[in-house]
Amino acid sequence: MGFIDFFRSSKKGSASLAKERLQIIIAHERTQTRGEPSGPDYLPMLEKDLLEVIRRYVPVGEEAVKVRVEREEGMEVLELNITLPEPPTSGR
Amino acid sequence: MAKILVVTSGKGGVGKTTTSAAISTGLALRGHKVAVIDFDVGLRNLDLIMGVERRVVYDFVNVVQGEANLNQALIRDKRVESLYILPASQTRDKDALSEEGVKRVLDELKADGFDYIVCDSPAGIEKGAQLAMYFADEAIVVSNPEVSSVRDSDRMLGILASKSHRAQNNETPIREHLLITRYSPGRADAGEMLNIDDMLEILSIPLLGVIPESPAVLQASNAGTPVILDKESDAGQAYDDAVARLLGEERPLRFITAEKKGLLARLFGK
Repeated sequence: MGFIDFFRSSKKGSASLAKERLQIIIAHERTQTRGEPSGPDYLPMLEKDLLEVIRRYVPVGEEAVKVRVEREEGMEVLELNITLPEPPTSGR
Repeated sequence: MAKILVVTSGKGGVGKTTTSAAISTGLALRGHKVAVIDFDVGLRNLDLIMGVERRVVYDFVNVVQGEANLNQALIRDKRVESLYILPASQTRDKDALSEEGVKRVLDELKADGFDYIVCDSPAGIEKGAQLAMYFADEAIVVSNPEVSSVRDSDRMLGILASKSHRAQNNETPIREHLLITRYSPGRADAGEMLNIDDMLEILSIPLLGVIPESPAVLQASNAGTPVILDKESDAGQAYDDAVARLLGEERPLRFITAEKKGLLARLFGK
């Protein structure tokens, strides 16, 4: 550190740059790696609740409800896929 | 009921082994029966840091593979009663450890009445690191105020939250603690180094302690004495505080403000 630098009150440190870079990369990596297998951790619960509601009206199997989150530029899409059983042949 | 603690970080060289040695010694100093296990198969170092390298006969892998029993492999610390060290193997490779084998050793330690089992994780996120954290109840994530270390810590937190036994069995998640090591208050104040608040904001887990950058740490490892036994040193006292907090005590943070230097010291010191 030079003599002149010493009297100049310290120039803005690089820590703020480190913090900013970290916040960006970590936010990005969390969406990729956390909450496996892909998506927020409430997904299994949501799937279960939806299944319960649907079953009040339609008899469907365990695997009938699929919930998925996709991330695109600046937005998240919740994709919901419900497989209904074959229509009954006997009618009502 | 025994508690399993993992000391982990992702990145190497941040102070995992120093921390494992200090925390396990600190817990034993408070009367708990403690085992500290080196999971770094092939690159063992906990024995050196604890100063027991010449007393290693059998190791963790021998026990896992049934070639020795636990009592033969556990090294009893000569300074602190109720502290035992289980060294890693230096000659085997990482595949020598298995989930069942590790579980068997941990269960046996629990049955032997140990209060705390401290697992010193290897660096990285490969098998050794995964096994070290797999059965943990609590995790001490060691991080330096530096970008690569913080990023790796965050990655490790993601792994704790998804790949541990607790996570996979929908049990209460591992309790996470952040331990900041090699902290230089002066440099943080000057904005040259991430400060404590920055790190807490990014990692958002509770703070267990801040260990200042200190010559005492190298001195301790040179001598093979856990730094917490150097009660005069700043790092030793900071580790003692961390152990107290781990056990639920409230302690204010120390050694986090720069010591004021006189003008002459600032001009000619440094």
